[in-house]
Amino acid sequence: KPNMTENGFGHRERVLNVDTINPNVKRVEYAVRGPIVQRAMQIEKELKEGVKKPFTEVIKANIGDAHAMGQKPITFFRQVIALCVYPDLLEDDKFPEDAKNRARRILQACGGGSLGAYSASPGIEVIRQDVAKYIEKRDGGIPSNPDNIYLSTGASDAIVTMLKLLTSGEGKTRTGVMISIPQYPLYSAALAELAAVQVSYYLDEDKCWSLDVNELRRAVKAAREHCNPRALCIINPGNPTGQVQSRQCIEDVIRFAAEEHLFLMADEVYQDNVYTEGCQFHSFKKVLFEMGSEYSSVVELASFHSTSKCYMGECGFRGGYMEVINMDPEVKLQLTKLVSVRLCPSIPGQAMLDLVVNPPQPDEPSYATFIKERTANLHILSEKAKMTEQVLNTVPGIHCNPVQGAMYTFPRLTLPEKAINAAKEKEQAPDMFYCMKLLEETGICLVPGSGFGQRDGTYHFRMTILPGTEKLKIVLEKIGEFHKLFTEEFS
Amino acid sequence: THVCSVCLLQCNNVRIPRNISWAISGTECELQKRNMTENGLGHRVLNMDTMNPNVKRVEYAVRGPIVQRAMQIEKELKEGVKKPFTEVIKANIGDAHAMGQKPITFLRQVVALCAYPDLLEDDKFPEDAKNRARRILQACGGGSIGAYSASPGIEIIRQDVAKYIEKRDGGIPSNPDNIYLSTGASDAIVTMLKLLTSGEGKNRTGVMISIPQYPLYSAALAELAAVQVSYYLDEDKCWSLDVGELRRAVKVAREHCNPRALCIINPGNPTGQVQSRQCIEDVIRFAAEEHLFLMADEVYQDNVYAEGCQFHSFKKVLFEMGPEYSSVVELASFHSTSKCFMGECGFRGGYMEVVNMDPEVKLQLTKLVSVRLCPPIPGQALLDLVVNPPQPDEPSYATFIKERTANLDILAEKAKMTEQVLNTVPGIHCNPVQGAMYTFPRLSLPEKAINAAKEKGQAPDMFYCMKLLEETGICLVPGSGFGQRDGTYHFRMTILPATEKLKVVLKKIREFHKRFTEEFS
Repeated sequence: KPNMTENGFGHRERVLNVDTINPNVKRVEYAVRGPIVQRAMQIEKELKEGVKKPFTEVIKANIGDAHAMGQKPITFFRQVIALCVYPDLLEDDKFPEDAKNRARRILQACGGGSLGAYSASPGIEVIRQDVAKYIEKRDGGIPSNPDNIYLSTGASDAIVTMLKLLTSGEGKTRTGVMISIPQYPLYSAALAELAAVQVSYYLDEDKCWSLDVNELRRAVKAAREHCNPRALCIINPGNPTGQVQSRQCIEDVIRFAAEEHLFLMADEVYQDNVYTEGCQFHSFKKVLFEMGSEYSSVVELASFHSTSKCYMGECGFRGGYMEVINMDPEVKLQLTKLVSVRLCPSIPGQAMLDLVVNPPQPDEPSYATFIKERTANLHILSEKAKMTEQVLNTVPGIHCNPVQGAMYTFPRLTLPEKAINAAKEKEQAPDMFYCMKLLEETGICLVPGSGFGQRDGTYHFRMTILPGTEKLKIVLEKIGEFHKLFTEEFS
Repeated sequence: THVCSVCLLQCNNVRIPRNISWAISGTECELQKRNMTENGLGHRVLNMDTMNPNVKRVEYAVRGPIVQRAMQIEKELKEGVKKPFTEVIKANIGDAHAMGQKPITFLRQVVALCAYPDLLEDDKFPEDAKNRARRILQACGGGSIGAYSASPGIEIIRQDVAKYIEKRDGGIPSNPDNIYLSTGASDAIVTMLKLLTSGEGKNRTGVMISIPQYPLYSAALAELAAVQVSYYLDEDKCWSLDVGELRRAVKVAREHCNPRALCIINPGNPTGQVQSRQCIEDVIRFAAEEHLFLMADEVYQDNVYAEGCQFHSFKKVLFEMGPEYSSVVELASFHSTSKCFMGECGFRGGYMEVVNMDPEVKLQLTKLVSVRLCPPIPGQALLDLVVNPPQPDEPSYATFIKERTANLDILAEKAKMTEQVLNTVPGIHCNPVQGAMYTFPRLSLPEKAINAAKEKGQAPDMFYCMKLLEETGICLVPGSGFGQRDGTYHFRMTILPATEKLKVVLKKIREFHKRFTEEFS
């Protein structure tokens, strides 16, 4: 009956219905755009239609999208892209010479001199070379081979491709992939879709979300009883937790991956977003090579980066890359073949990535403006990170770890027993119940911690630090007020 | 023997964990040897035996071995290696800009304005371009194309797509909620195939695809481990589709799988045929009778050249067949910014329209696309201009229509020329190129050549195309990459090189074929 067509014509089921659909797809969840966001969009529509609410706008603090929250694009990047898109502008005096040179260089590397041509499937060669140079410079000279660089449609694309390659086996030999709890739910979604086994390891909330190798050991040992762990994923700086792992920790993880024979996947899309004194970004590649050939010649690693975060926030361009280290040459051929089926990543995204890894240099005309914009963006994020932590920690019942990096806060909520029960009656996770109420009463859209994973009996939400500073102040204030009211209501 | 915990195979090796290296003693099995890291310090985690077996089965000839060899030759030419030619002509891929076609001015003006809105103050841009840009930017988060959009795509663009479809299909309503923008049509096609793939063994989803077909379909089915159910197009009838053949194919398929979908590319790739309206009705009727989900790949919908041929969208025909069909047949139609008159492959713009999709499945689809956030915004913007181009009362119309008409006219001329010239070659038979961007001529190959190919372990048409590449620098794709009837040989060549260059290419192919036939006589 549920599968009938509306008009009952022919009284038959649809071909594609909930029983015939791919069962793996049904198991996929992605909270960042899940039910609460759908409700937020509905509320936005209602506001537009004039429905009266306790607030005048929905504040979407659910997704790491800087431009949507008012951050301006980096001038130089958009100038070069415009020149690439419409090369007549190369005659226009309003554009600086360094922007024109970058555009010409990119266009020369495009088929027929146009962004509209397909590129080679791993990406435009000159851009892959630029990415390799960027990596070498970032990592103190450790060589990077352009042939190990694959451009992608955002980092998500490359991450899914690697997980796809890694997924094999059946039953007890089925690939297991270690992911952090909490994690960015692309990973859990991809593993569900691929029917690979998710092997969770807990980050330590009491130690600022740091990673403890003993917890990795516990997790992999338990996992080996029911699957074949083949990969370990780590997000650094972390999402949703914002921690920036110490160098020691990164070494420990590499050592663990080597001992346990795991393919390492390092999601480093927030590599420029480091705020806290004493914290520093250490790329997994760099640390791996500094540990000597005993590790650097055996550990298989894929590192991911993107144009969506850092100081540029160009989410909509879907630019990204991965660098693969010590990949089996035959597997590499398979990878190259696999990406060829989708032809190539978007050329505007590839061009944007080129500018990120090859920005204006101190001797170039656009440098002053560029560095000013870059510094301002990172500085403002740093201030907002601090403010967020401070304000939330003034609220009884909310505990917020320092936002060391990335773009989010993941504070822990103390929820009254009555609220937890009310949630259970509604068949909602308690933090979803909390966030839904917050949305309906204040228009603030966050994502409940249950969407990222958390220790049983703990509750969190993830909020971005991206709203404009004044708006963020208001948001934090309203959350504080809401939490007080909520605690009273359910006391 | 022990079971190696690394490759999980039995072998004569004893694994002695020693810090990080597995010391192997005794006889090394061949598999382990192959998967060793270069320094012999043990297996890689990710090797040919542990990797996803479905990925190994994927093939995509359009960018396969012959193209890799072509790229190598290009490098050699750059390095000054002497060859019987001075350039590689890449007639393997449907990429118009790469072969010299210029972008449509209006489309690039609007996208540039969107990328760098300071240009909205620039007098050089026409007002209609600025208005389109402002409208798109207003629909973007923070007024920037750098913001993510809703996962099915920017809402006003989906509305514009729906209006385009309604206009194209004589007023048959299109609901924007049934439109999903995508990263090229390929993205949406793979998403649909993914949704459709379920079941095990005899109940495994079977998907009917044409032979010949565009190898995205066979590649996706291999990766998903769905069952490919081939139906042959009729070469003797200009590659038309015969329902009798569909019936044969589905009947046989039902013995070993569960056919759930039927894919059709119209206008066709690689064959270029434009299916008649009658044929489209027959296919719809067949899909209804056999309870199949219809997937209509219509990315070449503006590329129709032959007199008497016309593009009929599956949606339109479906609805004109009345509610007996239009309220039951499940259909997904696909379009793209990569082909037609604009050829904007690099922007990766596209969409699908789903008709009669189960509402719960639609929720699953919406959820699935949300994981990848959204298609690239520049591609969405470009798509908006394709479906919402300058109107006759707008300043940019004259230039726009001139460029559009010129592009399509030139393609029509090249289609005709290609068919004519190739048909003058004894041993090459070329069906009319009714539409799309390719020719798929049939080759008569001498027995000796076929044997030479077999000795090399190559498909005979691969052998032919490789030799053509080495001797002339012309890169085509062998018919074996698309599928063909046993014992027949073809190649796919694009009609995209500029007219003068195309003349030279056709001439060289004619000369080569003559030489080849003589050499292997």
